[in-house]
Amino acid sequence: MPPEPATPASPTTDFSAQGEPLNPAFIEVDHFHFWYGAKQAIQDINMEIPERQITAFIGPSGCGKTTLLRNLNRLNDLIENIRHEGDIRIDGQSLYDPSVEVISLRKRVGMVFQKYNPFPKTIYENVVFSLRVAGRNAKAELDEVVERSLRGAALWDEVKDKLHESAYGLSGGQQQRLCIARAIANRPQILLMDEPCAALDPVATLKIEALMTQLKEEFTIVIVTHNMQQAARVSDRTAYFFMGRLIEYGPTLQLLSKPREKATQDYISGRYG
Amino acid sequence: MSSLPKYRQQTRGEIQVWLCAAGLACGLLMIGGLLLLILANGATVFWPKPITECTVRAQDGTESKISGEVVKTQLRRTAEGGTKTEIQLFTGNKDAYGLGFRFIDRESITSETQPEDLILAERMEYGDAIFRPVQLKRKDGSTLPATDPRFHQTLQDLVREGNHLRDRILSLEKGRIGKINARIKATELRIKELQTDGKPQAATEISRLRNRITAEQKKFDGLIQESRQLRAQLDDAELVCRLSSGEERTVKTGNIVFFFEPNRLSLGQKIWVFLRRVTEFATSEPREANTEGGIFPAIFGTFVMTILLALLVTPFGVIAAIYLREYASQGLLVRVVRICVNNLAGVPSIVFGVFGLGFFVYGMGSFIDGGAKVPLPPVWWLAAAIGFIVCLTVSLLLAVQSPTPGGESARPRGFASRLKPLVATLAVALGVVTLFQCPYFHGFFSSSLPTPTFGTGGILWASLTLALMTLPVVIVATEEALAAVPRGVREAALACGASKWQTIQRVVLPSALPGVMTGVILAMARGAGEVAPLMITGVVKLAPSLPLDLDAPYIHAERKFMHLGFHIYDLGFQSPDSEAAKPMVFATTLLLILLVVVLNLAAISLRTHLRRKYQASAF
Ligand SMILES: Nc1ncnc2c1ncn2[C@@H]1O[C@H](COP(=O)(O)OP(=O)(O)OP(=O)(O)O)[C@@H](O)[C@H]1O
Ligand SMILES: [Mg+2]
Repeated sequence: MPPEPATPASPTTDFSAQGEPLNPAFIEVDHFHFWYGAKQAIQDINMEIPERQITAFIGPSGCGKTTLLRNLNRLNDLIENIRHEGDIRIDGQSLYDPSVEVISLRKRVGMVFQKYNPFPKTIYENVVFSLRVAGRNAKAELDEVVERSLRGAALWDEVKDKLHESAYGLSGGQQQRLCIARAIANRPQILLMDEPCAALDPVATLKIEALMTQLKEEFTIVIVTHNMQQAARVSDRTAYFFMGRLIEYGPTLQLLSKPREKATQDYISGRYG
Repeated sequence: MSSLPKYRQQTRGEIQVWLCAAGLACGLLMIGGLLLLILANGATVFWPKPITECTVRAQDGTESKISGEVVKTQLRRTAEGGTKTEIQLFTGNKDAYGLGFRFIDRESITSETQPEDLILAERMEYGDAIFRPVQLKRKDGSTLPATDPRFHQTLQDLVREGNHLRDRILSLEKGRIGKINARIKATELRIKELQTDGKPQAATEISRLRNRITAEQKKFDGLIQESRQLRAQLDDAELVCRLSSGEERTVKTGNIVFFFEPNRLSLGQKIWVFLRRVTEFATSEPREANTEGGIFPAIFGTFVMTILLALLVTPFGVIAAIYLREYASQGLLVRVVRICVNNLAGVPSIVFGVFGLGFFVYGMGSFIDGGAKVPLPPVWWLAAAIGFIVCLTVSLLLAVQSPTPGGESARPRGFASRLKPLVATLAVALGVVTLFQCPYFHGFFSSSLPTPTFGTGGILWASLTLALMTLPVVIVATEEALAAVPRGVREAALACGASKWQTIQRVVLPSALPGVMTGVILAMARGAGEVAPLMITGVVKLAPSLPLDLDAPYIHAERKFMHLGFHIYDLGFQSPDSEAAKPMVFATTLLLILLVVVLNLAAISLRTHLRRKYQASAF
C-alpha cells in the first residue's frame, strides 16, 4: 500500500538510484514467434523482464511492440487466425498452459491502451469495474479502492467531487489517467502501457511519468513508447525492436548512450527512416 | 477571364444541391399533404357547424323545407350532358328520412336561412336529430311548451339525468351482473369437472355447488329486475319536436346524449361543444355499428397490443442479435441467416397473419386449452423425454467446453465442434416433441371445451404475430448498434478480467442501448399501424371487454380486442352508411397517428435519456 501520494516523485534518469529488482526474470519470453494469419509479426524473441522495474519497448512503427505487449495478457487471442510458437512465462508459469484461465491471468496483468478508452459509465464505476466483474461489490471496499486508485493515478483531487458523473466529461489527459486508475484498481502484478502518453499534452505526460515511477514500487511496468526522452526519463531497461526482432536489450542508460548495435544507434539518433 | 472557371465550378455544384433539395421537398410535401388532409378532416369533424334551412321546390312546383349542415358543394353531370351544382346536406333524422345525407340541386333551392331555434341532438339510436322543440311531455301527463322560459333548463336536466341513469345501468350490467355471471359460469365448469372425475365424494360437493348456483341465480334475477326498472325510468319523459318538413315526432329524453343550438353558439360555446365531442369520442364506447359514439376500446386495444408487442420483440430480437454478432463465428452460415432475417422484413404481413393463426392460435392455443391433439404413446414419450435430457446435457457440456470466452480464438476442434449444432438442434426438436406431445397434459382449460379459450384469436397471439413480423427490424438495428461499439472499450473490459458475457452485459449492451431503442421504436411504429395479420389473429369489430381490467387476473391475454387500424377499415369499407362513417374514419385515423406519435415520443425520450447516460462522446 503506497503512502498518500502528496507530491509526485520527480522524474529521474538516474538508473543507479533505482533499487535492484526482486526477481530479475519475472516475465520470460522464450523463443517467441507470432503470426497474424500468414504474416509473421514477431520472430524469435528472447527476453527477461525484471520485477518492479519499468521496461520500455522502443522501435519504429509496425515492428511488433504492441503485438508482444498484447501477448503478455493474451489479448491477441481475440483476433482470428493467429498462431504462436515458443512460450511466455510469468513468475515461472507459462501463459499458454492449458490450465491457465485467461480471465484470472488478465486480472494479474492490467493494461492501459494507447487510445484512452473509458467505459460509458460514471467515473466511480469505471474504476471499480474490475472488482465488479470479479463479484466484489462491498460498498466500503469499493469506496476505498476508488480513492486509492484515483490517488494512485494522480486524479483524485480533480474528480473527487464528481465521482458519479460520466467519465466522458473528463478531458483527454484525465480520461487516460482514469484508465490507469482502472488498470491498477484490483492491484495487478504487471501493468502494460501501450504508448500511454501518445494523445496527451506535455503537462499530462509529465504527470503520468511521475506516476509511473511511483507505481513501480508496487507493479512491474512494461511501456511502449516512441519518445526516446520518455524512455530515458522513466524506464530502467529498454528493448529496441526492429521488423519483429529484438535487436538490443539492456539498461536504459547504457542502451541510449552507448548502444552496441549500429541499428539502435541509427534509430536513437533519428537517422532511421 | 481567369476567375471564370472557378465561378462555373461553383454553379455546377449548386444544381446537385437543388436536385437533392427538390427530392426532399417532394417527399416532405407528400407526407405533409397527407398529414394535413387527415388533420384538417379529422379535427373539424367535431367542430359545430351552422345548420341551414333550405326551401326546396320540387319539379311539380310544390315546396318543402329541409335543414342540415352543408357538407360540401360539388358539380354533377346531368343526363343531357350539362353540369349542375349540388350541395350535400347532413340532415340527420335517419329514423324519419331513412338516410342521414341528401344531395340537393342548387337551382331548386328557393331560399336559405339559419334559424336560431333549431336544435341538434345526439341520440343513442338513429344518430343525430335536427329539429325545433315543441313541448316536453311527462309520463304523468304534464306538459311544458317550448315557449316556456324554463323549457331549456328542464330539458338539460332531463338529458343529464338520462346520461346518469345510463351510466348506472352500464356499471350495473358490466360490473355486478357480469361478476355474478362469471361466478355462475365458473361453478358450472367445476361441476362439469367433478362429474367427469366421477369420484364418490363428488356428489355432495356437486349438490353444494348447485345450491350456490341457485343462490347466485336469485341475486342475478334481482339485479336484472333493478336494471329493468332503471331502463324504464329512461322512458319517463319525451320531447315532442317538429322537423323542418313539418312532421312531428317524439324523442325520449333518455335517448338524448347531448344537444345544443348550433346557430346560436358563441365562439366559447362552440369550443366547449368541440371539446365535449372530442372527449366523448376518445373516451366512450362505440354505438350503432361503430358509426356513432367513441372509440375508446380501439385506442386501448391498440395501446395494449403495441406495448405487448414491444415487450415481446425486444428480448427476442436483442438476444438473437447478440448471438449473431458477438458469439457466432462469422462464417457462411451466419451470413445466410442474416440474409434470411433481412428478407423476413419483406414478407407480406398477411403471411405472418396466416402463420400466427396456424402456429399460435391453432397450435399453441389449442395445446394450452386441451393438451396435445395426438399425444405420443407413453413409452415413446418417455424415450423422447430422456433423449431430450441427454441431448440438452451434452449440448450444454459442449458449450461449456468450448474455448473460454475471450480466450484463445475459436479453433476448430474437429469432431466435437461439428457435433455441436447437430446436438443442439436435436435437443430443441426433442424438447418440442416432449412438450407438445405429452400424453399426460390435458390443457388448462379443458373443462370449457369445445369453447376455446386460447385456441382462438386473442391479443396475445396478435401481439406475438406482430412481434415475429417486426423481429427483423429489431435484430438489424441491434446488430448495427453492437457493431458500432468501439473495439477499444471491449478490449478494455476484457483486459480488466471481464468474461465475454460480462463485457457484453456491462459495457457493450449499455452503449448499444440507444441503437436498440431505435429498432424497437421502428418496430412499434410498424406494428401499431398493421391491420392485415390482426384480422385473423384476434381483432374484432366490437369487443365486449377490454384486455386489461379490474377483474382478476387483470390481464386477459386471451381476449379479443379492438384496434384503430381495423376500426378504420371496418368503418370505411364495411359500414352500411359510408357517408356517416367518413368523418369517423378521418377522426380515427388522426387518433391512430396521434397514438403512434405519442408512443414513439415516449420511446424517443427514453432513448435520449439513455444516450445522455451512456453517451459515447467523440474521442
Ligand atoms: N490484427 C492484426 N491483423 C493482422 N496484422 C496485424 C494486426 N495487428 C498488427 N498487425 C501487423 O503486425 C505488425 C506489428 O504490428 P504492431 O501493432 O505490433 O506494431 P507496433 O510496433 O505496435 O507499431 P506502432 O508503433 O505503430 O504502434 C504490423 O506489420 C502490423 O501490420
Ligand atoms: Mg502499437
